Amino acid sequence: MRAMVYRGPYRIRVEDKRRPVIEHPNDAIVKVTRAAICGSDLHLYHGMMPDTRVGMTFGHEFIGVVDEVGPSVRTLQPGDRVMVPFNIFCGTCYFCARGLYANCHNVNPNATAVGGIYGYSHTCGGYDGGQAEYVRVPFADVGPELIPDWMDDEDAVLLTDAVATGYFGAQLGDIVEGDVVVVFGAGPVGLSAAASAWLMGAGRVIVIDHLDYRLAKARSFAHAETYNFTEHADIVVLMKKLTDHLGADVAIDAVGAEADGNLLQHITSAKLKLQGGSPIALNWAIDSVRKGGTVSVMGAYGPMFSAVKFGDAMNKGLTLRMNQCPVKRQWPRLFEHVRNGYLKPRELVTHRIPLEHIAEGYHLFSAKLDGCIKPLIVPSAA
Amino acid sequence: MTYTQQRPPMAESSDELRARIPGWGADLNPRHRPAVPMERLDPHPYGAVWDFPERQPEKWPRERSNEHAFLTPVFGTSCPPHGAAGAIRKLAYRRYSEGRAAHWLLLMAADRIDAKASTLRTFASRRPANPITETGIIAELKYHGLRSRRGQQRADLVHQPLDLLIVGGPWIAAAFGAYRLVRRIRPARARR
Repeated sequence: MRAMVYRGPYRIRVEDKRRPVIEHPNDAIVKVTRAAICGSDLHLYHGMMPDTRVGMTFGHEFIGVVDEVGPSVRTLQPGDRVMVPFNIFCGTCYFCARGLYANCHNVNPNATAVGGIYGYSHTCGGYDGGQAEYVRVPFADVGPELIPDWMDDEDAVLLTDAVATGYFGAQLGDIVEGDVVVVFGAGPVGLSAAASAWLMGAGRVIVIDHLDYRLAKARSFAHAETYNFTEHADIVVLMKKLTDHLGADVAIDAVGAEADGNLLQHITSAKLKLQGGSPIALNWAIDSVRKGGTVSVMGAYGPMFSAVKFGDAMNKGLTLRMNQCPVKRQWPRLFEHVRNGYLKPRELVTHRIPLEHIAEGYHLFSAKLDGCIKPLIVPSAA
Repeated sequence: MTYTQQRPPMAESSDELRARIPGWGADLNPRHRPAVPMERLDPHPYGAVWDFPERQPEKWPRERSNEHAFLTPVFGTSCPPHGAAGAIRKLAYRRYSEGRAAHWLLLMAADRIDAKASTLRTFASRRPANPITETGIIAELKYHGLRSRRGQQRADLVHQPLDLLIVGGPWIAAAFGAYRLVRRIRPARARR
């Protein structure tokens, strides 16, 4: 089969690779029909995530058609059209039993600090991902879900991570009616978090980024008030002025490890890899939120230490909430929101790239060219 | 006014927001929020019928965190460790827990060795590494690289040139090294 293959930092190519096989009785093999490149794939692409091996296939956002199932699979059969959450989870370990599907203890031998994620380095379990023609899906009775007949493929693929993560991030903010919510980052997760904040009763939603085209999307997609941080001397002071010097009630970090805004932080993390991530957006969130407020972290960071302003968080009495999103738990309610037109995931898609040209797709997304917000990958056989 | 006990007033009332934003307040009640509470006991969610899953066969000694009691019942089988990078990875997993910087620094070092060694290996294959196609730099032409940056106040424009150095630097250094080697060999042959 044809598959995207990592060759080293900033380098990928498409190769012929062995088609995945059933390795566990509850595995399924899914023929991928649509995949996406996630902002967090760029951390792998840039060589920031430890134990990212040459030869691995990335891709944790994908949908497809079941091609083959293992002998113990009861809920799926070949031909089923399925969406697959980015989390790999067993369903019954200590954490899964409590709904923490992103923290499953039975799927990642390489680390206890994170669960299993498709195509996300060996630190996340060493599974190949969905930027390929076929992918192995463990625990087929637990993770995948049949795509409802009414749902568009592009809505479905966005629900496997980006939109679900944004919605989850807004929930972790514990928003109450009238809250001022500031979202750092106008990528797909930030845009989804901003749109979701309204569903939870926010009184004001502010989005911060440095890319004008993404801020325009935040206004149209998420009805948000927007600010470009490059146009302001100090974004934290601006946030205080905008909130009558109280600070926002809730701040959401939807940027993560490669945040811009402080050159030293960015270079020491994204370029020199001396930190697990550049915590600029997180530090701005800590300083922008009011005392006693909540910071929700959806941005992905590596396992190494980062220079987070923890003292400010402590002194302000903040609640810091974070996790990888347990995607499947969000779906029943998210399906309603998509069907009612409250959330429109496919409006985030800006580019559709053939699998054979995926290296160009990664560069396009990484360098933020051509108004790129969300690139989808279309396998040649789809 | 923040410096008194009053909360600053909302710019728009809830009714105005409900009229302007489709779905405003649909999840106002926390009971409608699927992640609330964070922990919610459901011992066998979805199609999970096992208490402990059947074990996937271990076809080679699978490296694992020393914070795990045993190999997890299911695991990824992409890219088994091999060569010098593989030896370093095995050492990182065997000796250092996830709590130690040495664990992650060794894994990062192994990643760099893996990338360099595999690039060298491709030159002995039918498909040598190609920095032009593999970096996708052609997207600069296809997707308006100049127009996407010109006149934009983008914070990333300051450090994007570093990417060229990070990606192109080793290739330029290797080409220069090869050139010097050829120059050194040729006069030696001519002298013979």
